[in-house]
Amino acid sequence: MTRTQSVLVLADGAVFEGYAAGYLPDDGVTTGEFVFNTALSGYQEVITDPSYAGQVITFTYPHIGNYGVTPLDDEAVRPWCRGVVVRDLSARPSSWRAERALEPFLVERRVPAIVGVDTRRLTRHLRAHGALPGAFGHAGTNAVAAAAATAKGTDGMDYVSLVSTPAAYERGSGQRHVVAVDYGIKTTMVDQLAQRFRVTVVPATTSADEIRALGPDGVFLSNGPGDPAALGQYVREIEYLVGEVPIFGICLGHQLLATALGGTTYKLPFGHHGSNHPVQDLATGRIEVTAQNHNYAVDPDSLSAVVSHRNLNDGVVEGLVAPALRCFSVQYHPEAGPGPHDARYLFERFESLLRGEDLKAADATT
Amino acid sequence: MPRRDDIHTIMVIGSGPIVIGQACEFDYSGTQACQVLRDEGYRVVLVNSNPATIMTDPSTADVTYVEPLDLSVLTEIIERERPDALLPTLGGQTALNLTMALVRAGVTERFGVEVIGARPEAIETAENRELFKAAMADIGLGVPESGFAHNVAEAIEIAERIGWPIIVRPSYILGGAGTGIAHNAQDFARLATEGIAASPVGEILVERSIAGWKEYELEVMRDRHDNCVIVCSIENVDPMGVHTGDSVTVAPAQTLSDVEYQAMRDDAFAVLRRVGVETGGSNVQFAVNPSTGERLVIEMNPRVSRSSALASKATGFPIAKIAARLAVGYALNEILNDITRSTPASFEPVIDYVVTKIPRWAFEKLPGTSSVLGTRMQSVGEVMAIGRNFAESLQKAIRSLEQGRPGFAPGPNREFADLDDDTLWHRCVVATPERLYALHEMLWRGASVEEIAARTGIDVWFIDQMAEIVIRERELRDADVVNFDARTWRRYRQWGFTDSQVAAISGTSVELVRAARTALAPVTFKTVDTCAAEFDAATPYHYGTTEDESEVRSSNKDRVIILGSGPNRIGQGIEFDYCCVHASYVLRDMGYESVMVNCNPETVSTDYSTSDRLYFEPLTPEDVAEVVAAEQAACVDGARVVGVIVSLGGQTPLKLAHTLGPELVLGTPVSAIDAAEDREHWSTICNDLGLRQPPGDVAVTLDEAIEVAERIGYPVLVRPSYVLGGRAMEIVYNEQSLRRVMNNLTGAHGALAREGGVSATRPILLDRFLEDAVEVDVDAIRDQSGDTYVAGIMEHVEEAGVHSGDSACALPPQTLSQSVIATLHDYTRRIADALGVVGLVNVQYAVKNDEVFVLEANPRASRTVPFVAKATGVPLAQIAVRVMLGQTLASLRDAGVVPATTPNPDYVSVKEAVLPFNRFPDVDTILGPEMRSTGEVMGIGESFGIAFAKSQLAAGTGLPDSGQVFLSLADRDKVGGLAIARQLLDLGFTIAATVGTAGYLRSNGLTVTTLVGKVGLADLGADAVTLIADGAVQLVVNTPSGGDAMVDGAQIRHACITHGVPCLTTLNAGLAAARGIADTRTHGWRVRSLQELHG
Repeated sequence: MTRTQSVLVLADGAVFEGYAAGYLPDDGVTTGEFVFNTALSGYQEVITDPSYAGQVITFTYPHIGNYGVTPLDDEAVRPWCRGVVVRDLSARPSSWRAERALEPFLVERRVPAIVGVDTRRLTRHLRAHGALPGAFGHAGTNAVAAAAATAKGTDGMDYVSLVSTPAAYERGSGQRHVVAVDYGIKTTMVDQLAQRFRVTVVPATTSADEIRALGPDGVFLSNGPGDPAALGQYVREIEYLVGEVPIFGICLGHQLLATALGGTTYKLPFGHHGSNHPVQDLATGRIEVTAQNHNYAVDPDSLSAVVSHRNLNDGVVEGLVAPALRCFSVQYHPEAGPGPHDARYLFERFESLLRGEDLKAADATT
Repeated sequence: MPRRDDIHTIMVIGSGPIVIGQACEFDYSGTQACQVLRDEGYRVVLVNSNPATIMTDPSTADVTYVEPLDLSVLTEIIERERPDALLPTLGGQTALNLTMALVRAGVTERFGVEVIGARPEAIETAENRELFKAAMADIGLGVPESGFAHNVAEAIEIAERIGWPIIVRPSYILGGAGTGIAHNAQDFARLATEGIAASPVGEILVERSIAGWKEYELEVMRDRHDNCVIVCSIENVDPMGVHTGDSVTVAPAQTLSDVEYQAMRDDAFAVLRRVGVETGGSNVQFAVNPSTGERLVIEMNPRVSRSSALASKATGFPIAKIAARLAVGYALNEILNDITRSTPASFEPVIDYVVTKIPRWAFEKLPGTSSVLGTRMQSVGEVMAIGRNFAESLQKAIRSLEQGRPGFAPGPNREFADLDDDTLWHRCVVATPERLYALHEMLWRGASVEEIAARTGIDVWFIDQMAEIVIRERELRDADVVNFDARTWRRYRQWGFTDSQVAAISGTSVELVRAARTALAPVTFKTVDTCAAEFDAATPYHYGTTEDESEVRSSNKDRVIILGSGPNRIGQGIEFDYCCVHASYVLRDMGYESVMVNCNPETVSTDYSTSDRLYFEPLTPEDVAEVVAAEQAACVDGARVVGVIVSLGGQTPLKLAHTLGPELVLGTPVSAIDAAEDREHWSTICNDLGLRQPPGDVAVTLDEAIEVAERIGYPVLVRPSYVLGGRAMEIVYNEQSLRRVMNNLTGAHGALAREGGVSATRPILLDRFLEDAVEVDVDAIRDQSGDTYVAGIMEHVEEAGVHSGDSACALPPQTLSQSVIATLHDYTRRIADALGVVGLVNVQYAVKNDEVFVLEANPRASRTVPFVAKATGVPLAQIAVRVMLGQTLASLRDAGVVPATTPNPDYVSVKEAVLPFNRFPDVDTILGPEMRSTGEVMGIGESFGIAFAKSQLAAGTGLPDSGQVFLSLADRDKVGGLAIARQLLDLGFTIAATVGTAGYLRSNGLTVTTLVGKVGLADLGADAVTLIADGAVQLVVNTPSGGDAMVDGAQIRHACITHGVPCLTTLNAGLAAARGIADTRTHGWRVRSLQELHG
């Protein structure tokens, strides 16, 4: 296949050459915040994860698309990422599960791509300079560079309102009822909850009163995109619920819960995006290999809750627990779509919390 | 709680000689383990019979025993050293089996030795297929339907229940020996019989064959807190049905969705937990049905394996090192990642490149074998290549094999172009070493990707990638390559095309291609860093590709580049890796940066911690030139590339010497290397020096060869120039045989066709063969001042005519007179002077009636360098490197590094070759001028007899101390055989002999107890094969002659292999065995460590 030349320019002026693939936008330019993901498999789940709203995903593994796509692996009804950067996009998929190849999927779901890029150089650049805004496309270097110069990152951005479900829906048929607030919830997360509970997924804008009115046994705060510091309106509703009902938060849900508990968040240089991050449960000492996707993290000094999990690579807070308030949350993705299943026990922990069992805090609180 | 302090001394068992299925990967893992345990402050006691290993260097462990890996020997060592713990998981199946034997014999209990790394119960569960199957059923995992049989009747009963096709696997075997697939009752009965015989416990698994399913392997680590990580996933390109060791494999898995991969990961952890591997590395193999995703567990190894070496090199995660730490109590999160040095080992490596492994076979050395690959591993080595994508890594891996192929796309010389379509389909469907190249031809002819995938069972993704390479190849054929722009160059480079490939395909000169390409698409070197660039890498482990950015860091230190020896093959194996690793060690000691280039994933040289920088690259002129250029470019502040060492890695780097600037070649100049190889030049040197050579000459054509042979007289030794390991070497006794041999060598599809063929610059060498001469090897080092140190003189046990690599040899020499030894010293010095050697030289001699003939000289490291080093305690390779860099032997003598005179130890060391015949039942075991051994062992004793007896035990067939000896001797050997028979009778053996031999012995007054008739004809006496099968014979001495007896001999030797009876095929080996048995009887054995011997 003959592809059109494309170019990728970061806000700091770094230029990368490639070829246009996937959806080709009319103006030939796509902007967003560039991040990299190191997972070796699970590209479809990553592309359809709403937490990537506003971002362009660089896959560090060179071959993407090898096993095609299947509706079974969608994490949302549509992708919200701005685009993808790939070294080698496979033309021919091979899997008994595959419905079709990745590229027609990208075209149909309007995800632009740039392929043939030295993604390792791009990754090293992002590692050194942090996640950067930028642009790519086939519009020509000048046009792309101009777009890159004005491209925005995710700081201060509320993408939640963009990706959250417009209307509530129910899943599962368990005895206990969980209201899941959708800040950008992944399908696998809903599935994991629905295996255990009756779940009502509600829009992010749902107020505490409206949640109360649903009579939940527990509240679940989902993952989602963007800067938690820009989401004060959601935090306020959580504040009303804390102490009243058991709460479990994941990723953005964890950051919002921490904020509701009086904490603050900060932006990591290039975030954690991959399926291989070692996290230690401080209460048991056990190590979980976890899927992660976050650019922001909770500042431990600001917390009134107890830190329950830490990232062993860099010490970042990965979980917190407030036993008296019957709340806990993790920064990483125990639902694992994609990623290892090591941390799925946390859904059981939520279940036992709803059964009335107490949460345990680690002895080590820092 | 990290390190255990309740244990102090830890015993590590190595894996013994290099055999098919167990190669240098265990030197790599064992060496890492020893280093780590010593770093942790433990006293390490090491046992291994293989002298060519780094692990048996006296500096690797505290106490090093080069002794046979045998229950009684190990028991004695344990009694002597009283280890607190025994680590069995790093020495392959050999160490695991021996550990189980020690446990069963109560030795570990008696001496209070704790087995660490894997508990005996866990080993039992993983290794015993019945227990394993039950364990998998416990945790709800599927295994192929199967049953166990201990005899053929049982086996048939199970087979009838399961239905064809059926796979037979013997219990407790390594590398799948004795395994095979049967499609009918007849094949099945034969396989079952062989399998039961091959299994040490006489048991086989009869199993549903799932040939054609996709095959995967996960490398798992677990610590004692039950933390588990996957280090690497590996996908086989060849579907189930071909042994993993014989499969082309790729890391990471390419065609598994995350959903499937994570489920497999969960299963792998469940397997480890159920089997009970508490700490360390294991691998779990899976088969996946390509159309339904059904997943079955095939097997697991509760130890470090060949694939863990591959996984370590593929990811930068050092499995053996970490397994050793886990075994002494550390948790994964208490160990730092070697490469990032900032993050813990409790993570899962991710990579941003593709790794391809291709095995290398030696069928050309084993005439009579079918070269069809199956469930029994047959390869002798492997290469690994790293590329940014599959195509690049595949093309790189193919050129790493050094078989004359430039990559997957061969250019105009398509080797299967002549085959008709049907034959070609057959070559694609049946797995053989050439399958990949047949696939290329099929794609070239336009067969569809779907059809090829369907007919071969190879995943469509891989075939599609290959098809893309073929499309690029077609484009290049008509392309105006010298006018390519940067993007176009980049595109072809990224599909793995080299300059020489582009030149050949497009019909352009390499020089033009290189000139056009270099500026627009320079080669860049990326880093293997375990984390896909997420963290900074402290360890410079590089691979070449063509991208935007190169990551080689500049430095201001002078550096030396060492070219490694590439894939293991018969004739070029671990001995040369040993030399290269030593070079790296000494260069670092001397203050140079050492830079290693190699592509063999099994080795210590490709451990990224061995050298200052590692380039995991093919050893081709082009790839090496890029590394040299990158190193030169990375020199700052006046630093320089001092030179390239080409003389320590065998023939591979030596062949590259011509492609480097002469000023870059360290040590012996290229011209001297050529002088030794060039027949006429070499003869002139010998004549000038007045040294006697067997008469000889060179020939390019058959007519010339016949003329030469007539002139010098038969028998004639025929061999090509520039080959190692006696490749294609034969002794011919008449013109008819000479015609056959020449045809084989020079034909269009001859043995040398792909290596450049025969030409005036690469002629065939013909020499008069000296019958009944003693062969001698001398290793020496000469410095720039002309001083020479003769390091060791080795006398071969087998007579001249048996390849030196297949012959046993003794140091010091046992039968040579003082005057002969003095002559050998003198000749060696003069030859080294005349050639202008700087560094190592090996000279081979034949001694007949006290007269010394020079056979050949090789101004490079020989196969015997590590043996001599261990036999004399002098680090030869290191001295050679010092000398190459300008130090003098005189200064090294002053420094105490080189002894004043050639050591004359008061003990005898015997090196014995280990041959792969148990893998190739159809190959005759007679030794000849073509080398066929895969490895070697060393026996050390107070006398030659004891050292020889130890070497036999170490090689796998210990000599008996009582019973019956079966003698079947060629006429010319009967006189000599008398001495053997007499000595054995004196030792209380009874004699069985063939009619002719028996007649001769009886006529000389000796008692022959059993008369043996022709095989299959019991009229004249007992049937030899039956005697061997029934265990009525404990030792066989069978020297070959011609005619019918030859056929009989082959059957006798085959029976010995099958039933594990020692079989000696030369008279001298028979004599040595008799001495060995006598000395063992008289003096008994003692074990002594190298540290004691070298004082």
